[in-house]
Amino acid sequence: MKELRLMKGNEALAEAAIRAGADAYFGYPITPQSEVIEYLMANKPEDRTGMVVLQAESEIAAINMVYGAAGCGKKAMTSSSSPGMSLKQEGISYIAGAELPCLLVNVVRGGPGLGTIQPSQSDYFQSVKGGGHGDYKLIVLAPATVQESVDYVKLGFELAFKYRNPVMIQSDGIIGQMMEKVELFEQMPRVEPDYDWATLGKKKDQPSTFITSLQLQAEEQEKVNLRLQAKYREIEKNEVLFEEINCDDAEYLFTAFGSCARITRKAMEMARAKGIKVGLLRPQTLYPFPTEAFSKIADKVKGILCVEMNAGQMIEDVRLSVNGKTRVEHFGRFGGMIPNPDEILNALEQKIIGG
Amino acid sequence: MSENLITPENLVYQKTEAMTDRILHYCPGCGHGTAHRILAEVIEEMGIQEQTIGVAPVGCSVLAYYYFNVDMQEAAHGRAPAVATGIKRVFPDKYVFTYQGDGDLAAIGTAETIHAINRGENILIVFINNGIYGMTGGQMAPTTLQGMKSSTSPFGRDTKTMGSPLKITELIAQLPGAYFVTRQAVHKPANVRKAKKAIKKAMEYQKLNKGTCFVEIVSNCPSNWKMTPVQSNKWMEENMFPFYPLGDIKVPEDK
Amino acid sequence: MAKRGDVVIDIEKCKGCEVCVSACPQEVLALAPEVNKKGYHYAVKVNSDCTGCTNCAIVCPDAVITVYREK
Repeated sequence: MKELRLMKGNEALAEAAIRAGADAYFGYPITPQSEVIEYLMANKPEDRTGMVVLQAESEIAAINMVYGAAGCGKKAMTSSSSPGMSLKQEGISYIAGAELPCLLVNVVRGGPGLGTIQPSQSDYFQSVKGGGHGDYKLIVLAPATVQESVDYVKLGFELAFKYRNPVMIQSDGIIGQMMEKVELFEQMPRVEPDYDWATLGKKKDQPSTFITSLQLQAEEQEKVNLRLQAKYREIEKNEVLFEEINCDDAEYLFTAFGSCARITRKAMEMARAKGIKVGLLRPQTLYPFPTEAFSKIADKVKGILCVEMNAGQMIEDVRLSVNGKTRVEHFGRFGGMIPNPDEILNALEQKIIGG
Repeated sequence: MSENLITPENLVYQKTEAMTDRILHYCPGCGHGTAHRILAEVIEEMGIQEQTIGVAPVGCSVLAYYYFNVDMQEAAHGRAPAVATGIKRVFPDKYVFTYQGDGDLAAIGTAETIHAINRGENILIVFINNGIYGMTGGQMAPTTLQGMKSSTSPFGRDTKTMGSPLKITELIAQLPGAYFVTRQAVHKPANVRKAKKAIKKAMEYQKLNKGTCFVEIVSNCPSNWKMTPVQSNKWMEENMFPFYPLGDIKVPEDK
Repeated sequence: MAKRGDVVIDIEKCKGCEVCVSACPQEVLALAPEVNKKGYHYAVKVNSDCTGCTNCAIVCPDAVITVYREK
């Protein structure tokens, strides 16, 4: 039977974590994501499933607790918002280097610095292009609804363990704070880990297992990098997710992700009402990026407007995908400001149609 | 010698199986090897090799996972107590230890150290204090003595501008979460025996779920102190021990 | 009378730190004039006074000494 509830994005995500059979959550309060840990603490997952919830002394400690639990083959996660995510980057790099599965959630707010607590998408580069040091990639899922926030928790853990790679849900202050109808999936059991890569305690007559991201010999470190790159190519081949709306007859194209895609969709409807044939391509995975979808559609549209709540970040990937085949322009509001459909439509008319 | 004493029934001491056969990368005479060995011996004697998970730090003992024949994780610099927290919370029945140097534990990792102990995480923290950053080539550590020379205090540690040597062990002993806190050494047979006893006690306490056990080992760094191993041990006795006196600092009240 | 003992030193793993030499109450150990493959003057027995007390092995940072003692 369907379980429908009206829930706040952050709380729905926390409920999804319990239901996905997560073993451990380690976090630290920061606006606008504190409801995640608050919901977890209030809903006693320790009693419901045995899931561990711990408020760490810092984001740095939290991500390293995730490292420890993930290294034991457990489903571990943390969540934060932009400044806190910056603090976690060292740990994320180590997790990627040691090839540990885990789920990260960034409820993005405006920056740089302490910035603002209002929603933003200005951490696209941080999430998609690395964030921490070294050549690594996170799988980045960008929900546009509370429903997707829930579904991506389940998907995120699946992908994390499939590839032994950290997965990030890049939410924002809108998705995290708004209430929507959501269908919750049924409680999944927690799984006792039995992985040969995990530190479960040394098995008799077998060599011990260790988790590390250190290779002092350059030849060995290059091998690690080659293995990671091969994994990333697999991910790019298998895991791209995107949504196309009104793209079949489109002469122009909007692209946007997350909450911004919802506003852009309204602009698309307004444009259609005026007779402008415009579609919307919404990447659901920011990495792997829907490169091929953009390349294909670039053959038939006269221009693409990339709408983001930042100064122009995803547009770089759009342009790389399109590779000069059509015009790509950016429209953005940032620092916590949210664009309205009118100004998006106006930008389409000025920058793409009239430009 | 008239008869051969080297027979299996006469064997009284050999390297523990809780250590691998890898050659340690440590400098000649460095206390790390001895500290590793006694911890490994305790693990073997308690029969917990298959239930122990260790956490290695960043510093000279970054490769400790090559030497301990138990499952281990390598932590980011200073974060070992947080990593150990993550492990212990999902595996409360395992024996979890961190092995950290002074820079790792008492400088960059101060917050993780204090808060893990303040939560009373049921882990063992083995803290090697040799008053210097060994791995990076002898820079000043939080525990470098007043006036002690290092590559970043070439004229001696001036406490006016560089701060005073940090007695982190006395500091964390104040925390309710700390159950057993002791300071030991491993340069002489009697000290090694005592230090091993302390580590064994600490590992046994872990079963009781009473809080963090913390074993500091005041050690040497012949290479960066620029002395022979034997000289460095003498220097340690004369200079380190007066400031970092050996002995128990906090013992369980309910024992 | 003290029991008799003996030690076996893994000379290729020995780093010649000399800590065992000063730990031996019987002055059984010294550094060899020769060097091992790594270039260290390794520890050797210089007399038969070993009692198998294990002091040398206990302070050896590289765990290269195995000790035997008559029963």
